[in-house]
Amino acid sequence: MMLLASGHHPVHHGFLSPTGVEIAFLLVAAVTFGAAVLTVTTKQLVHAALWLVVALGGIAVEYLLLTAEFIAWVQVLIYVGSVVVLLLFGLMLTKAPIGRSPDADSGNKWAALLVALAAAGSLLWVVVDAFRTTWINLDGPGQGSTKVSGSILFRHWVLPFEALSVLLLAALVGAIVMSRKSGDTSGAPGDAPRDKEQR
Amino acid sequence: MHLIYPAGLAVLLFSTGVYGVLARRNAILVLMSVELMLNAVNLNLVAFDVWLRDTLHAGQALTLFTIAIAAAEIGIGLAIVLAVYRNRGTSDIDKLRDTAEGSGPDDPAAPAQKAEAAA
Repeated sequence: MMLLASGHHPVHHGFLSPTGVEIAFLLVAAVTFGAAVLTVTTKQLVHAALWLVVALGGIAVEYLLLTAEFIAWVQVLIYVGSVVVLLLFGLMLTKAPIGRSPDADSGNKWAALLVALAAAGSLLWVVVDAFRTTWINLDGPGQGSTKVSGSILFRHWVLPFEALSVLLLAALVGAIVMSRKSGDTSGAPGDAPRDKEQR
Repeated sequence: MHLIYPAGLAVLLFSTGVYGVLARRNAILVLMSVELMLNAVNLNLVAFDVWLRDTLHAGQALTLFTIAIAAAEIGIGLAIVLAVYRNRGTSDIDKLRDTAEGSGPDDPAAPAQKAEAAA
């Protein structure tokens, strides 16, 4: 597979002669990674959500550079448009402090850093070792245009797609049931007595 | 484009998400880190789909499915966090220790709270 993918593209490749797409990809990757690091390290909770917007938007740009156009716009719509708004509402409803909150990180911060660095090191080593000589051929017609994605999705992936819509419906109904006021016992029996004895 | 670039970015984002999940204390920040990890997987799926030129475009289809499942997950997760906040007055996962070992005989309501504490 590797030979096949790199074989029909006889142009010489190299790390030292990057193409324009590669340079753009690396620049956006640096921004994305920086925003992701700030998301998990910033002390201000609302800023974490806003840095998450930058990281997810950067990933959408990477999808565009990888010619997966439809996925990029879905990413912008769903992640940047709705998931981050949901997270901001969650922060608001749990009365997150606006300023710096010194207890944003827990006590096992250094153990977490160790685990993350070990994971990054080992995974990077494996990935670099495995795909050192592999190039993606981005020439030719785009592989992720809306037309291609739509026809593939509704021709070969119809059943998972419909199952997924049922899953979304179930998840939303579950979320509504779970977030109802606990005084109303008809939706979630067994919840109310526990609430009474806690308050 | 070299395949290492998207794969390496995915590795870095995934590790960042691992750090966030382990180090953050607020439940909503943990959910944000989970989103980062999911996005790293999505980037891998798209990169390998474009590399292999899959005729079924399984990578892109699975990416769309992952995005939808992530949306469902964030909705349910936020509902659970809000329910915990309403019951306990905090969304600090370090304080939700009902299922921790060695906490002694719990109050009788503990089994019912396990689902929420584990979230």
